[in-house]
Amino acid sequence: MFDFLSDYDNPTLLGAFWMTVKLTFFSGIGSLIWGTLLAAMRVSPVPLMRGFGTAYVNIVRNIPLTVIIIFTSLGLADTFRVTMGSDDFKVQGFRLAILGLATYTAAFVCEAIRSGINTVPLGQAEAARAIGLTFSQNLRLVILPQAFRSVIGPLANVLIALTKNTTVAAAIGVAEAAYLMKTMIENEAAVLLIGAIFAFGFVVLTLPTGLILGWLSKRLAVKR
Amino acid sequence: MTEVSVAKEDVAATGELVVLKNVNKHFGALHVLQDIDLTIARGEVVVVIGPSGSGKSTLCRTINRLETIDSGAIAIDGKPLPAEGKALAKLRADVGMVFQSFNLFAHKTVLENVMLGQIKVRKTDKKKAEEKARSLLDRVGVGSQADKYPAQLSGGQQQRVAIARALAMDPKVMLFDEPTSALDPEMINEVLEVMQQLARDGMTMIVVTHEMGFARSAANRVVFMADGKIVEEAVPDQFFSNPRSDRAKDFLSKILHH
Repeated sequence: MFDFLSDYDNPTLLGAFWMTVKLTFFSGIGSLIWGTLLAAMRVSPVPLMRGFGTAYVNIVRNIPLTVIIIFTSLGLADTFRVTMGSDDFKVQGFRLAILGLATYTAAFVCEAIRSGINTVPLGQAEAARAIGLTFSQNLRLVILPQAFRSVIGPLANVLIALTKNTTVAAAIGVAEAAYLMKTMIENEAAVLLIGAIFAFGFVVLTLPTGLILGWLSKRLAVKR
Repeated sequence: MTEVSVAKEDVAATGELVVLKNVNKHFGALHVLQDIDLTIARGEVVVVIGPSGSGKSTLCRTINRLETIDSGAIAIDGKPLPAEGKALAKLRADVGMVFQSFNLFAHKTVLENVMLGQIKVRKTDKKKAEEKARSLLDRVGVGSQADKYPAQLSGGQQQRVAIARALAMDPKVMLFDEPTSALDPEMINEVLEVMQQLARDGMTMIVVTHEMGFARSAANRVVFMADGKIVEEAVPDQFFSNPRSDRAKDFLSKILHH
């Protein structure tokens, strides 16, 4: 029943899912960093930064991911010649996909973290200011560490959504799971089976993410 | 403005440390601080009392600019209060603050709470910061709790840690914003004793409180506020036994004769 799987070697089933994992990992890191910076901007005392953060979130989260990903390829790469440090089409596509995914996901990470910042009692920030910490020290040492712990759950949701969103990278030729699935469906007469295999593959990736982060969220919760 | 009737000799004064001049502040339509003039000398312990909503907490919070002011001027040790940025942070490091709700950093241990400002603001090295933190925690009587998290401590213990955290910065003046109001009755004394000791050691203190016993025994001067104004200033004995303003008489009759 699963014989046809061995006909595919570019990528193999495992190779395709490995690509999905790599896309998730790198764009996950990117969006966490960029999303945290955006959240910092949105609570900053500088109006220009607040404005930028707000505008970024409201624009980016309302654009379909497909549009962003296709723009990275047709817009950034083809029109503006942003080669992402490689002439290899495949490497370029991989890096552009990460850029697009991180750009998009950062908006959601930012909002998750910002809601976390709102759970930290005002007194914590006041106490930090009162001992002479600057705004950025206050954020780094007092506010964000507590905010992160309270939004591990919501961040897990974002990460799971990101894992599934990586399938959009197939649109610019990145050979990840959905890309292979499309090829298989075209070639085989086993739509249901193929669908089930890939659905299962994604559940295998995302279920532990949710469980582990759920456990961490309980473990790291700040007691007040 | 009532005349200041404190005899200067009563105060171990070596200069003016905190000066508020003609300070005004509004919360929307509420004129919460009205033409406040107040001078606190080095080493002086000033207790601010008054009914709820009289602006005493706000007054306390304007001194390290946790609350901004609409007009007037505040100077600490001769320097006007900076509006924002690094200069303000630097000044705040010199002004210790103790809050009603303790506000210990919930994600850090007691020891880390007392070390954080030393390391990040004063740039003290870690070993020295820890030594100092431990000795301060011993001094306020919670040395054995150093490795616990704030939520594991009683309110009285948390507030004593908060005092140690403020003292770790070697502040020029300490602000206490109703430090015992959130405490269970049996824990109030352990905090007041630490404050009494501080006062005896010569710390300049501005204390907003409802603890009249503390005001009587530790204060050099009592400032009575009502409706956003300083109504009366006097040495504790004179204020409690012979208040001049009707507002203060009314207030004292409500709290002392029950």
